Amino acid sequence: MSIPLEHDYIGLSEVSSMKNSDNNISTSSTVSSEDENKNEKSNDSVLKTDLRLGLPGSESPERKFESGVSLSGKELEDGNGNNPFGSVKNFVSGAKRGFYEAIDGSGKWVFSGSEVVDSGKGNVLFSPRSGKGSSVNVLEILNGQKSNGSSSNQGKDVSLTPKSAQEKKPQVNEHSSAPAAKAQVVGWPPIRSFRKNSMATNLAKTTDETEGKSGSGCLYVKVSMDGAPYLRKVDLKTYHKYSELSSALEKMFSCFTIGECRSNGIPGGEGLSASRLMDLLHGSEYVLTYEDKDGDWMLVGDVPWEMFTDTCKRIWITKGSEAIGLAPRAMEKCKNRN
Amino acid sequence: MAYSFPVEVLEHIFSFIDSDNDRNAVSLVCKSWYEIERWCRRKIFIGNCYAVTPRIMIRRFPELRSVSLKGKPHFADFNLVPEGWGGYVDPWVLAMGRAYPFLEELRLKRMVVSDEALEMVSKSFKNFKVLVLSSCEGFTTDGLASIAANCRNLRELDLRESDVEDLGGNWLSCFPESCTSLVSLNISCLGSDWSLQSLSALERLVGRSPNLRRLRLNRAVPLDKLANLLRRAPQLVELGTGTFSSELRPDVFSNLSGAFSGCKELKALSGFWDAVPSHLPAVYTICSGLTSLNLSDANIQSSDLVKLISECQNLQRLWVFDYIEDSGLEALAESCKNLQELRVFPSDPYAMEPNVTLTEQGLVAVSEGCPKLESVLYFCRQFTNNALFTIAKNRPNLTRFRLCIIEPRTPDYITLEPLDAGFGAIVQNCKELRRLSLSGLLTDRVFEHIGTHAKKLEMLSIAFAGDSDLGLYHVLSGCKSLRKLEIRDCPFGDKALLANAAKLETMRSLWMSSCLVSFEACKLLGQKMPRLNVEVIDERGPPDSRPESYPVEKLYIYRSVAGPRLDMPAFVWTMDEELALRLS
Repeated sequence: MSIPLEHDYIGLSEVSSMKNSDNNISTSSTVSSEDENKNEKSNDSVLKTDLRLGLPGSESPERKFESGVSLSGKELEDGNGNNPFGSVKNFVSGAKRGFYEAIDGSGKWVFSGSEVVDSGKGNVLFSPRSGKGSSVNVLEILNGQKSNGSSSNQGKDVSLTPKSAQEKKPQVNEHSSAPAAKAQVVGWPPIRSFRKNSMATNLAKTTDETEGKSGSGCLYVKVSMDGAPYLRKVDLKTYHKYSELSSALEKMFSCFTIGECRSNGIPGGEGLSASRLMDLLHGSEYVLTYEDKDGDWMLVGDVPWEMFTDTCKRIWITKGSEAIGLAPRAMEKCKNRN
Repeated sequence: MAYSFPVEVLEHIFSFIDSDNDRNAVSLVCKSWYEIERWCRRKIFIGNCYAVTPRIMIRRFPELRSVSLKGKPHFADFNLVPEGWGGYVDPWVLAMGRAYPFLEELRLKRMVVSDEALEMVSKSFKNFKVLVLSSCEGFTTDGLASIAANCRNLRELDLRESDVEDLGGNWLSCFPESCTSLVSLNISCLGSDWSLQSLSALERLVGRSPNLRRLRLNRAVPLDKLANLLRRAPQLVELGTGTFSSELRPDVFSNLSGAFSGCKELKALSGFWDAVPSHLPAVYTICSGLTSLNLSDANIQSSDLVKLISECQNLQRLWVFDYIEDSGLEALAESCKNLQELRVFPSDPYAMEPNVTLTEQGLVAVSEGCPKLESVLYFCRQFTNNALFTIAKNRPNLTRFRLCIIEPRTPDYITLEPLDAGFGAIVQNCKELRRLSLSGLLTDRVFEHIGTHAKKLEMLSIAFAGDSDLGLYHVLSGCKSLRKLEIRDCPFGDKALLANAAKLETMRSLWMSSCLVSFEACKLLGQKMPRLNVEVIDERGPPDSRPESYPVEKLYIYRSVAGPRLDMPAFVWTMDEELALRLS
């Protein structure tokens, strides 16, 4: 999987897990007492989170966990330190407090049922995160924040009005032809890949809908690189164009030092022009090739992205000199197809 | 002190003792029993290939005939373990090739197997009989060709769910004409594009294997070939069809139907890729004898499913897509009173809205109607505490319960509460529960229930649940029988883990990903617990390039007498004393 995906996923998951801990649904019988401190701190965190979430693949946030924990379980932590991500620290200490509190028998749950009703149909408040479509994630977090009754945006305003949050909600939850696939979490739901791949084929055959609707989850292909000791796997469905795939692969294999493996196509376009290919081959060491359904090795970038994802069976990052021999064949094949 | 029994007598007695646990108990009685036992142990199961080394195994058990190994952690099935993590079988095969010339059986799960390893297996063990590769990868059909060509007495070749690079079906021709010993052949994971040559090689192989009892075909085998195969193997007990669609011709249908009716011993059916509903009646003649039906590759809708299932009165196991819907499950509960295991898979898990009407009602109905139900895997989109109460009350005999509510953190859709109480009822009533997977909105309370009641629980899978370390603490301190714990995306951190470090040595393994365990805690654990391998898996770069309090991406802890392994890729670090000293 692409590293940015994991990056954001980790960053967000910290936040969301925290949110969940701060905002557990209470049963109607138990008292839901507001923990003022916690809410305030979670405001802080949202401030910080918002600023960060805006940028996909951004650096993971500076976090400081002030806790030092020994094997015996004694806490060595000091008070709330000056962390940029204060609420996480608070969460961690909150967790520890929670542990002792529980021993004492007191529990603290934060919000009331009405906010949950908002999300309707038992839909989760804090949707699973994923690296792609980070704007969607911001909305979801904000959405969740709204439900908490405390939310902020861009670090300036303290609260988001209910109306604007609801306006945003339909974008996230709407079942329309536009953003048909929901943001996916790695490895969830826990279905084996072989099952996914065969489901994908089943759905493709039986569905009457246009390609706009993406019901089939993912398409894992193996990626090998000359000189790398082991292979990787990527899910082609998480990318929408060649540049995304290529930068993901670049990051994934960067520890084996690729030269310049960029396949930026023509602006706005999807393919590598022949001249661009020559530029690349002169400038870089490695070239992206793939094996298609017919078993032929092709140059990545010749065909439209959708056709590529339909026909690609595996990817091979190879030394440029070998790929030169591919180019003429690839062009021919494309002509034959068209 | 002289022994009253000669060694040979003890050996003879031990030869009746089969179970691993009993064998282990025998070996603890006294030194001489340990010695006698180890020389006559023929079968070994190693649940984690990194818990022990081939050398240690060979040193203790010099005369093994059957070895089973498991490699990657379970969550590798869902792509949570990066490629290249490990689980290589080659060093094992190399060592065993020298030490066990009489090895007969090799069963591997989630391991990386190379073609070279397969070739070595085929050439090192003259009497090799059984090869089972479950969810393995790293090999091609060339490796299978070596096995086919060189294993003269091959009885079982089972590739269940492995990821094989399929270079075509030619390897089937590598089985010599003299090979007639096959009992079980499972190639269902192979490709869908074979030549006619390969298909006829398959036909000939089946035709000359009078002992063939289990045959699971791959998608490449078309429906019109199936009848031929069945006629050559009417003694089959288990069949996995190939592709089950073709032109709707009456002669194809009657041919197939006739072929099926000749297979009077058939107990298990699977396959059914692209099944055309109108062809399904071809199997009706043998339905009453079926105990296992796997339709989880078939795109069949509810009404056709119900028709098929209602013919199978003796069904004990059913795997099916959620196309079956609540109504189909109600029909199942009516017809199949012997049902023991039910698995319902999602047909379209990524859709925003449910595409079928499969809810908690279906499972409740089955729990009411099927008194022998003990194993459940159920994917759905909504659930309630009440439904869980009902299921727990109806089926206290549940041993495996895995519920996956597709959207993480989904509460009870009626009361909007967490599902703590419902799962609590499950663990409280189902006293024999050995395996549990949780989903939905869950607080620390569910873990309190689990720690208190789930005393026989051996494997627990947790995702997107809990509020604090208390949750993990309850599990680690309460679940006496826990062997495998796998956790993802939960706010569990250092405290509970460190406080229960000793518990980890009583378990096979612990997996935690996207949780809050700091690198510092991992180091500490690795330092203090030399018999644990604490592996930090982090694709963001070396853990010491971040502050120690940062949570690690993924953590895999397992007990081991082998020490830290030496085949780790760049993104895995084992925490041990050396590393700690180097990094500090």
